[in-house]
Amino acid sequence: MNLWQEYKRPASVTEAIQALTTAPGTVMPIAGGTDLLLDLKQGRHAPIHTLIDLTFVPEMTVLESRGDELYIGAAVPVNRVALDPLTGHHAQALVEACNLIAGPQVRNTATLGGNVAHALPAADGTIALTALEAQAEIASPTGMRRMPFTSLFLGPGKSAINKSTEIIVGFYLPLTRHQQASCFKRIMRPQGVALPILNCAVWLERDGDIVKDIRIAVGPGSSIPFRATEAESALRGQSINEKNFASALEVLLGQAKFRTSARRASADYRKHIVGGLFKDVLDTAWTRTA
Amino acid sequence: MNNQISLTVNGIQHTLEPVAGETLSTLLRQRLRLTGTKIGCDEAECGACTVLVDGEPIMSCVYPAERADGKTIVTIEGLAQRVHEEMKLHPLQEAFVEHGAVQCGFCIPGQIMTAYALLKRNPNPDSADIRFALKDTLCRCAGYPTIENAILAAAYSLRTGDPIPPPNVPDSIHTHNTVGRTHTRPDGIEKVTGDAIYTDDLVFDGMLYAKARRAMVPHAILKKLDISKAKALPGVVAVLTAEDIPGEHNHGLVIYDWPTIVGIGERVRYVGDAIAIVAAESQQIAEQASALIEAEFDLQPVITNPVQAREEGQPQLHPNGNLLKHIKVRKGDMDAGFAEADVIIEHTFHTPITDHAFMEPECSIAVPKPDGRMEIYVGSQIPYQDRTQVARVMGWDESRVRIVGQLMGGGFGGKEDVMGQIHSAMLANVTQRPVKLLFDRHESLLVHPKRHATQIRVKMGAKKDGRLVVVDTELYGDTGAYASLGEKVMTRATTHAAGPYDVPNVRADCYAMYTNNPPAGAFRGFGVTQSAFAVESMMDMLAEKLNIEPVELRRMNALHVGSITNTGQELKESVGLTECINKVDAEMRKYNPHPFTPIVDPAQPNLIRAWGFASAYKNTGLGGGAPDKSGADVELYEDGTFQVRSSAAELGQGLVTVMRLTVAEEMAVAPEQVRVLVMDTDLTPNGGPTTASRQTYVTGNASRYAARTLRDEITASMAEKYDVRPEQIHFKDGIVHVNGTSLTYAEIYKEMKASGKQPLVCYEYEAPKTQPLGTGGDMHFAFSFGVQAAEVEVNTLTGEVRVLKVIAANDVGMAVNPLGLQGQVEGGVMMGLGNCLTEEFIMDNGNVVTDHLARYRVPGIMLTPEIIAIIVEHPTAEGPYGAKGVGEICSIPTTPAITNAIYNAVGVRVDKTPVDQELIARELWERESRK
Repeated sequence: MNLWQEYKRPASVTEAIQALTTAPGTVMPIAGGTDLLLDLKQGRHAPIHTLIDLTFVPEMTVLESRGDELYIGAAVPVNRVALDPLTGHHAQALVEACNLIAGPQVRNTATLGGNVAHALPAADGTIALTALEAQAEIASPTGMRRMPFTSLFLGPGKSAINKSTEIIVGFYLPLTRHQQASCFKRIMRPQGVALPILNCAVWLERDGDIVKDIRIAVGPGSSIPFRATEAESALRGQSINEKNFASALEVLLGQAKFRTSARRASADYRKHIVGGLFKDVLDTAWTRTA
Repeated sequence: MNNQISLTVNGIQHTLEPVAGETLSTLLRQRLRLTGTKIGCDEAECGACTVLVDGEPIMSCVYPAERADGKTIVTIEGLAQRVHEEMKLHPLQEAFVEHGAVQCGFCIPGQIMTAYALLKRNPNPDSADIRFALKDTLCRCAGYPTIENAILAAAYSLRTGDPIPPPNVPDSIHTHNTVGRTHTRPDGIEKVTGDAIYTDDLVFDGMLYAKARRAMVPHAILKKLDISKAKALPGVVAVLTAEDIPGEHNHGLVIYDWPTIVGIGERVRYVGDAIAIVAAESQQIAEQASALIEAEFDLQPVITNPVQAREEGQPQLHPNGNLLKHIKVRKGDMDAGFAEADVIIEHTFHTPITDHAFMEPECSIAVPKPDGRMEIYVGSQIPYQDRTQVARVMGWDESRVRIVGQLMGGGFGGKEDVMGQIHSAMLANVTQRPVKLLFDRHESLLVHPKRHATQIRVKMGAKKDGRLVVVDTELYGDTGAYASLGEKVMTRATTHAAGPYDVPNVRADCYAMYTNNPPAGAFRGFGVTQSAFAVESMMDMLAEKLNIEPVELRRMNALHVGSITNTGQELKESVGLTECINKVDAEMRKYNPHPFTPIVDPAQPNLIRAWGFASAYKNTGLGGGAPDKSGADVELYEDGTFQVRSSAAELGQGLVTVMRLTVAEEMAVAPEQVRVLVMDTDLTPNGGPTTASRQTYVTGNASRYAARTLRDEITASMAEKYDVRPEQIHFKDGIVHVNGTSLTYAEIYKEMKASGKQPLVCYEYEAPKTQPLGTGGDMHFAFSFGVQAAEVEVNTLTGEVRVLKVIAANDVGMAVNPLGLQGQVEGGVMMGLGNCLTEEFIMDNGNVVTDHLARYRVPGIMLTPEIIAIIVEHPTAEGPYGAKGVGEICSIPTTPAITNAIYNAVGVRVDKTPVDQELIARELWERESRK
């Protein structure tokens, strides 16, 4: 059985939606395809009749600033996201995450759209976009709409996007202003499966010695991308010192639901190491605002 | 929207019809026949399939072909330029050859294409840039430091226009004219241009594609099998079951216990057992047909480990039960030894199953010939054994089978057993058409023999001053479903279990047990990898207990000339262990005079560094009484060139270079004048198995003596013709000097022919006799020695371990081929590092969890430490120019050197590999909370 029968290369979002909704049999949009093709090859996904390649859609392959936002097409290869000066300035956490996704060859085809559509709650790009408070633009037969980033996720591997009628077109991020910065880091283990044990992204705005605003994302802290909102509240309006950090970590550990993943990490281990990672990321982001 | 693919490949425009489900790698390899782009995993893990699309490197195995429409593709075949009818290599290609970055060559197109893209973007990269770019381009020969150096050299040449700077590899201290000096591989250039042909690159007219249906249950009796649906599928040409086996049903390397196909009523012993085989017009149809085969099993309880296998009341997997072999080593008096000991320590260690993960998955093509013979194209470590095994199952005389060995993308012991060879021959015989049987990575992981998982308990006693007096070891080895080389491997684990030390009282008992896991067989280190981990950990534990420096403890107990090994062999020569210990020790102390004391990083106090130390030894050759022979032919041709031939295997390790240099040395010609042919059972004499680090020794010797004999024959012939004494004939710089007359080899050829003599010598070399275990005397004809020190950095918060430096000294007797030796040492260290830190073949109650490469972490360039190789040369008299083996010894001490370093850094004793960072972190935080 062929992994797919028909391969369409629409040249616009409208064409893509039309191709998607009129295809006979099973249909699926494909951006980088680095995950989807493996799922097809290894039998985790049944063969698909029609694949709709989104990488020929100009709107989905641009990365530019639009007004007071940064726009990243969902089919922009993550390597371009990692290398573009615009992301370098406005989305440091995302650049760092993108530089850690797989290896360079995969990064030249893999996309954030695919990463997000796969709906893994702790994917590196996802955690960075969560802390950066991205919004997603979705195209459907009834038109375009914007959705807050985390609302795209329903559960592990379960996306709010209906892949047979809808497409993630791109992501909007607020531009970074003076005294704002972000950072992303992760902890891996070299054995077993190729997924991080823990990752963390922090965006913050500084006012003198005070954290004016902050967003913290930790993966895998929940079945959808996890925002440590309680730790954010604990730090907002505070200075960063040992005591404040300790109380932030305490509420983070209370709010996050760390679990045991077979052959990767126990919940215990995650709880023990998250503090060090969180502090490292927080300190780096803080230093960057200076 | 689109019904054509229009793309430019290496400057040539192609317009092609789209094919449903096609990836770019398939389009390139199958439709354009650009087979330089390799498929190692077909799952975007290994990087071998890297090509450039519009200047960017991508993995072509997960790139839909139709996406390449309108794009510009560059493959490995597109780098060399044709200048006036001559191929001019790209500087990267040239540097990879010159620096010895090419070993098996299978990953090289991916390495070079990735590096090419890097240099386009960044003409002056540093080490960090190279590592970042090559992160996911795996090399299992693992010459990462050399690959890095080659890229730096090419970048320099491209920037400056200067020639490629040569590699910095020292010559042997026992240099001759040719051997002992840096020379490039005979197959280097074809491996960097993409012209090198591996089995899957071959296509024959009318070729069918095969697929074996695997049982996919670990233990069962096959009750029913229905192949009717598979047979009815259009495009299927043959479906065969056990009933169709013409000859003997079982195959095997030592014991014929492995069913070629499991029949109805017979026992399935692991998930990879074949229950039927299919040949079809395409790979896809073959796979579809295989899935249509219906099987019913009577499931049996599963034996998951060797300790369970030996317990009472367990199911018995083979007619003789679950015990493959109880192996015993006895020396001295154990009671007296323990009574004499001032301190006694005891500990148990565990090692997992690991996989060779050679970059090229198994492939064989059987081609029936009109005269009734069968040719089998395959990359095999033991071509003559393949011939025997195929012939047995076909019910034929061996002469009806010809194994035509192909370039091999790595083996490491994993290509000694037959995999698809018999199946493809059966299908080709029935269909009378060529049949290709290619394993995908999934099948490769599932089916081929692995490294034995072990449990090793060591009890060790010593005097207060550190002298070892007694070592008692109990080993369990998991040989899986079938014997393969299990008995031999576990024998080596057992005989080497007390380490490279002079110990008066030794007992070792090993139980090599059948289980329902994949079979375990040969894997670089051959059992010693596991027992060295145990005993070298014990040596450090003993050193701590006695408050003696670990190096000193090893030094005072080290085997030396005159020592008696645990099997009762007196070492009479070539024991360079103490020199290895001293050299590694001195080098290590240059970096840190107190190497075993932890150093806390002042900037990041959670990072702690320390060194660890370990020694090992490993036999060269089969030993144990097995006749150890190799044959080689050396022939002079009309044009004055030579060919040397042997059915020894070239799997990337560089045997072909050794053979070439040896003949060039003996005939006093330039290496380029010697061609090498290996692994063809019709054209090359039997070189025996490529295992046990034996080929440099035995086939090196066979080539040397064949060449010497030819030289003697030329001398005799010329002496007669020119009426001079043989002493008046000299061979120098490609010319034969006969008392004033100078003759080229082309002229010699004519003279020989004219006098009715064949300028061809066939020589069979037989290594010194050895004795079986338990009979005393010489169990092996040579041993190599290795010592390594590793510096690690442990993160006390996360338990993460990083290896910063490895110093490796190996006593190899004599460095015949220094450039190849460097690759062996670097690759050996990296394989040892993987064994220690990253690799574990995960099983779940007989089912394979590690069923694709993403679940088996092979160390990449990012994990590569600085590797400092020290060559120690204590020649062995019988070896070619003094050489003994190196393939395995360089990999064995790495694991305990790293785990000892971890202990020295943070006080956590790792007794189970691979190192689990969570366990380290846990032990540290628990210790903290006890304070």
